[in-house]
Amino acid sequence: MSWTITADLIPGLARGAAVLGTGGGGDPYIGALLAAQAISQHGDVTVVSLTEVPDDAVVLTVAMMGAPTVMVEKLPGLDEVVAPVHALSATLGRAVTHIACAEIGGVNSTIPIAAAAALRLPLIDGDGMGRAFPELQMVLPTLYGIEASPLAFSDEKGNVGVLNTVDNTWTERIARVACVEMGSSVMISGFPMTGSQARESLVADSLSLCREIGDGIAAAREAKTDPVEHTVHLLGGRELFAGKVADVQRATTKGFARGRARIEAAHGTLELSFQNEHLIAELDGRTLVTTPDLIIVLEHDSGEPITTEGLRYGQRVRVIAAPSDERWHSSAALAMVGPGYFGYDTPSHRFDGNVEHLTNNLKEDAA
Amino acid sequence: MHIGIDVGGTNTDAVLMDDTRTLAAVKHATTPDVTSGIVQAIGELRAGHHFDGEQISAVMIGTTHFINALVQAKGLAPTAALRLGLPATKALPPLVDWPAELVEALSARSYLAHGGYEFDGRPISPLDPDELRSHASDMRAHGIRSVAISSVFSPVNHDLEVEAARIVAEELGPDVAISLSHEIGRIGLLERENATIINAALRELASEIVDGLTAAVRKQGIEAPIFLSQNDGTLMDENYVRLYPVATFASGSTNSMRGAAVTSGLSTCAVVDIGGTTTDVGLLINGFPRETANEVKVAGVRTNFRMPDVLSIGIGGGSIVDEETAEVGPESVGFRITSEALVFGGSTLTATDIAVAAGRADIGDPSKVAHLDPVFVDRVLSRISARVSEAVDRMRTSPEPIPVVAVGGGSILLSDELPLFGAVHRPHNYAVANAIGASIAQVGGEIDKVYAIEPGLREEAIAEVRAEAIDKAIAAGASPNSVSIIDFDEIPIPYLPGNATRIRAKAVGDLDMGGRR
Repeated sequence: MSWTITADLIPGLARGAAVLGTGGGGDPYIGALLAAQAISQHGDVTVVSLTEVPDDAVVLTVAMMGAPTVMVEKLPGLDEVVAPVHALSATLGRAVTHIACAEIGGVNSTIPIAAAAALRLPLIDGDGMGRAFPELQMVLPTLYGIEASPLAFSDEKGNVGVLNTVDNTWTERIARVACVEMGSSVMISGFPMTGSQARESLVADSLSLCREIGDGIAAAREAKTDPVEHTVHLLGGRELFAGKVADVQRATTKGFARGRARIEAAHGTLELSFQNEHLIAELDGRTLVTTPDLIIVLEHDSGEPITTEGLRYGQRVRVIAAPSDERWHSSAALAMVGPGYFGYDTPSHRFDGNVEHLTNNLKEDAA
Repeated sequence: MHIGIDVGGTNTDAVLMDDTRTLAAVKHATTPDVTSGIVQAIGELRAGHHFDGEQISAVMIGTTHFINALVQAKGLAPTAALRLGLPATKALPPLVDWPAELVEALSARSYLAHGGYEFDGRPISPLDPDELRSHASDMRAHGIRSVAISSVFSPVNHDLEVEAARIVAEELGPDVAISLSHEIGRIGLLERENATIINAALRELASEIVDGLTAAVRKQGIEAPIFLSQNDGTLMDENYVRLYPVATFASGSTNSMRGAAVTSGLSTCAVVDIGGTTTDVGLLINGFPRETANEVKVAGVRTNFRMPDVLSIGIGGGSIVDEETAEVGPESVGFRITSEALVFGGSTLTATDIAVAAGRADIGDPSKVAHLDPVFVDRVLSRISARVSEAVDRMRTSPEPIPVVAVGGGSILLSDELPLFGAVHRPHNYAVANAIGASIAQVGGEIDKVYAIEPGLREEAIAEVRAEAIDKAIAAGASPNSVSIIDFDEIPIPYLPGNATRIRAKAVGDLDMGGRR
């Protein structure tokens, strides 16, 4: 069923996107402002569900690549958001019919709204991850053999590049270098796919979920019910832990913010390991959940999402875990986004700690 | 001797100090014109402890006047916001997320021009002097009297803001004030730009206020220099106030916290200020309030001012107590306490009634609370202690023990021992803590920039930032021997190459009062 994004829906969508960002994805404020601005200039955005997308539709993802810190200083413009879509349309020799989110977490769920408004194209209710991940190739379409390239990127100066690469990891590597040269905040568009490919590979209804989560948190607070419980319910997850942030350690290595946070309560200590996003949750040394399932930190009472950058000693928080899209649990997917890829020596654990499920999925977890 | 004055919304407090010793203290209702209240307060101080004008070495004033002017949209100058950054940033021009009424109150106009830098200092585009001149002539045509100039990544390199200011000033002449964003805010273009626009809008008012305050003090025969308190508790001289009025915005709560610390003799402590409706908890580290890490909205405008980080919980002297659960607040009878509380013959059980029943305070008629069950009274008091203790624990930055100072009329609610923290310090003179806080004679300088640190050059980069902060403090009037770095941090920035790091350093020293204090 299709629905319409008007400017007044943006704050709720942005809050929901920060929840699904699992600690990363960047502060959605600037993206939300850009989306609201695009809607006020170009009109509301029609969101269509994957079931409504015609088989022969021409779908492109749109995202921001680079450092969120740069984006709050060198603010993005609409010209550079639409330029890569135009460039790809020329390369493909076909008119683009739909825009999709590559990533539903953080700023990359609001940038495609701005793109869809400025291009006057419908936006697909879905995304390539169902959460946030730090690298471009980490989307479900990669698992379906859908290539990121041709992928276009553009800066505010009018520079536009189109990459044709051998695989999605190369796209990430080359685009990342160009991104730095162009000022570390560029807009990209890629993963050209047909409507049927989109239907098969994307996570369905994730914009609707963003909206439900974001509006739900505000509504629960209004009704004096528990916003965290509401979010857990919507995500089909569970609450792992409630406690006080007792320690946060961070360092930036190879461009990624790595760190650990310790959360304490009377009955135990939860440790979170993060690299932009939360990747592992351990209770008293025992692994509870790992990437690719979602680990989300919410403020204890208000239920507002807290990013890994925003974690501070003394905060009262609740940590929840939720299942990722089932397809992230194939062995090919785990090689791409499992704990091993991020350099952790931990086997992948599901959000519910279901061991039987693990052994089905992971040979290395036979023990 | 020196004089500290805090002009709040309700009261003007003044103290006559000899170093850190309070010689006289007065409390006075704030007058609508501000200055006559100050004249009266100084007169009363003199009546309390005689002094001659020439014995006073400095007068320090904390005022909420500027933030009130913004909130009430009064006395604001017609202001232009000029941003250097094209072709970047044009979708979100200056004033983009402002309340429409405030834009109107400023008769604000927004301009975009070429310029700005990348995160690593490479230029985005060169300045276009003709473009700037044409914007300036449009400003003149629209009666603009104050200009805010911002530039992309000016915390990395501010050259273009300075150059653009020169060109605009040539066109508009010396009567138009110019405020530059790199002198006011930090990384985060919209928030820094917003703070600069607010500053620009207050520049005319700042000159008026400074002239008025100076005249008020001179009228009392005092020729000493006049200083105003900034958000962080350091002082700025009158010339600095004329340029940066926005730096006074949060001085009220800062002065009250710093005053509490000084009167208790502690420089690192948690301050618990219990009023009629709320308890405000803040943290002082080396005598300065810990500041918020997040954006702060002022009059509906998002800014990144450094404001003291204060946690408010709904416990105060007027808080209503639930007779079943022993829970306190957040509902409060507020100023109606003198008619509604039991001890004043009312029918509502308030936190003050509990304090009186426990013998912690002698207010109203104790016989009216004699019927309260001592076990219940104890439960309420320990509930208050537990919640205040939790709030302090939330605010501290590490599990290290920290002393707790309680001030404010409602501090009688707090037990002498607090769970986790032990004995509670209760300074005398806390009624005029604001004015005492204003009178603390320290000045500072702060640097907050992003650096791309070359391998092996980290030490040099850090030394450079520290030296810059120290120079800034000395330029603000600190005596060079007393300056030290009181706050330093280094935050690596994700997704950027070349070890891009944001470095922040703050130096503070004693105000050079020509050898007198």
